[in-house]
Amino acid sequence: MPEQKTVTLNMGPQHPSTHGVLRVVVELDGERVVKATPVVGYLHTGIEKTMESKLYYQALVCTDRMDYLAPMSNNLGYCLAVEKLMDIEVPEKVQWARVCLAELTRIKSHLVWLGTHSIDLGAMSMLLYTFRDRESIIDVYEACGGQRMMTSYIRIGGLAHELPVDFDKKVRRAVKQVNEGLADYENLLTNNEIFINRTRNVAVISAEDAIAWSLSGPMLRGSGVKHDLRKANPYSGYENFDFEIAYGEKGDAYDRYLLRLKEIRQSLRIINQALDGMPEGPYRARVPGVVLPPKEDVLYKMESMIFHFKIITEGFKAPVGSIYQAIESPKGELGFLITGDGSNRPRRVRVRPPSFINLASLPRLVEGGMFSDVVCAIGSIDIVLGEVDR
Amino acid sequence: MEEQVRGFIKDRFGEAVIREDDFRGEQSFYIKQEALVEICQAFLEDNELQVTFLSDITAVDWLGHERENEGRFELIYNLYSLTHAHRFFLKVHLPSEAPRIASLCDLWPGANWMEREVFDLFGVEFVGHPDLTRILTPDDLEGHPLRKDFPLTYEQPQFSWNKDEPPEVIR
Repeated sequence: MPEQKTVTLNMGPQHPSTHGVLRVVVELDGERVVKATPVVGYLHTGIEKTMESKLYYQALVCTDRMDYLAPMSNNLGYCLAVEKLMDIEVPEKVQWARVCLAELTRIKSHLVWLGTHSIDLGAMSMLLYTFRDRESIIDVYEACGGQRMMTSYIRIGGLAHELPVDFDKKVRRAVKQVNEGLADYENLLTNNEIFINRTRNVAVISAEDAIAWSLSGPMLRGSGVKHDLRKANPYSGYENFDFEIAYGEKGDAYDRYLLRLKEIRQSLRIINQALDGMPEGPYRARVPGVVLPPKEDVLYKMESMIFHFKIITEGFKAPVGSIYQAIESPKGELGFLITGDGSNRPRRVRVRPPSFINLASLPRLVEGGMFSDVVCAIGSIDIVLGEVDR
Repeated sequence: MEEQVRGFIKDRFGEAVIREDDFRGEQSFYIKQEALVEICQAFLEDNELQVTFLSDITAVDWLGHERENEGRFELIYNLYSLTHAHRFFLKVHLPSEAPRIASLCDLWPGANWMEREVFDLFGVEFVGHPDLTRILTPDDLEGHPLRKDFPLTYEQPQFSWNKDEPPEVIR
C-alpha cells in the first residue's frame, strides 16, 4: 500500500474570498484540512510607525485607513484614547453624536460583511441589497465629513464641524432603509437551506477556546460569552442607552450570522434613542491649547487665533505615560495604547487590531474540517486586511 | 476589584513587583521579567479573580528618553477579567542588548501572533515560542521597524554613478 501523502495548496493572496490580500497555505488530505497557515503582511504600510512622527491631531487620519469599512469607529477609539491621555471631557452632545455615528458604522460594516460573506457562499444577490442600504449610511457620512469613506469627522475633543442641518432627517432615512432591508436579508438567508448547510456547524469554536485565543466581538459572543465593552466598560456615554447584548450559543458560522443581524437591530435601537434625545450644546470641548477653538472665535478673537495657530503648528504636549482605551468596534475589541513622552508627538501608538487577533484563530477553526469550509471560516471571522496588516 | 488584584499580586509575588502605577486610573504593575509567567499563570488559575483574557501584548521603545534607564524596551501585557470587567497591565522593562523574555504561548494560544508581532517590529525574543518568525514585514528585512533607531528613509536614490556610495540615512 502506498504511503498516504498530503497536498499543500496555496490560497491567495489574490483570491476573492480572502477579502483582500490574505494568503493561507493549506495542507490537505483529500478534502480534509490537516493544517492551515495564514500568511499576513501583504498590506503592511507601517501605520503605527507613521503615527509616531505625526502630531496628535495629524495622526487621526491614519486611523481611517486601517479598518476602512468602519472609519468612524477607528476615529472614535483614537480620539477617546487621546482625550484620556490629555484628561479632556467632551460635551454631552458630542458623546451622543459619536454614539449615533459609531452605531451607524457598525451597521455599515456588518452590511459589507453580510454581502461579501454570502457572496462567498454563493448567494450572489445579497451584495446588491446590502450595498443598496449601505449607501444611505454613506450619505450620512458625506453630509458630516464631506467624504464617503475616510471621514475623519470625529476629532480630538469633539467633532470636525457642527452636525449638518439635515442630520436627523438623513439618519432617520438610513434607519428606515436598513430596517426594511433587514426583512429582505432574513427572507433570503435565514431559512435558506443552502446557506444553512454551508454555515451550520462550520468553523465552530467553544467559549473556553474563544477566550483562550483572545477573540473579541462577534467571534467571542457567537460562542455564548456575554461580553460587550459597551456594557462592561461603557465609554462615550453608552451607559445612557438601552440595548441588549446579542450572543450566540454554538459558536458556529450560522450563529455569528444571526448574531450580527441582531446587532444591527440593537444598533438601530441605539440610533433612534440617540436621535430622540440628542442634547443641545457645543460640538467641541473648550480646552485652550489642546482642542481647536471654534472657527467664529478664531476670526474675531486674538487669543483664539493664537491658540489655533499654536495647535496647528506645534500641537500640544502630552504627559509621560501610557494609556489604553478600548472600544467595541464592529469587528471586536479595538484598543488604542498611546504612550506620551512629554513631547508633541506620541512615543508609541499601538492599535489592538481585532481582525488580526481574531484571524490568528483561523487554524483552530478550520483544521479537521473540509476545504470548502475555509472560505466560510475566513468570511465569518470578518477581517479587514487593512487592519490586520496596518 | 483594584484592591483585590493589588492584594493578590502583593501577597504572592511581593518581591517581583518593582512598583505600581495608576496613570489616568489604569492599574499597572512593573514586574521583574523572571516572574512574568508565574504571575500570569497564578492569575489565570485563580477562580476568584478570573483573569482569563489576554487582551494584548505590545512594547514601547524608550531610546533616548530618561525612562531608558529602567530598560530600553517596555513590554506591556494587557490582562482583562471578563467576569469583573477589570483591566490591568503588567509591564516589564528589558535591556537594549538582546532583549528576551519567556513566551506566554503555553498559557494562552492567542499570545502566538501578538508575540510574533512584537518580535517582528521590536526584535524582542520570546523564549519558548513555537514559531518565532516575522509576521508583518518581509522575511528578508533587516532590522526591526518600530525601534526608534530604525531609519525612517534613505535620502539619495541610488543610480549607476553612485551605487557604491552608502545611502544617507535619516533617523
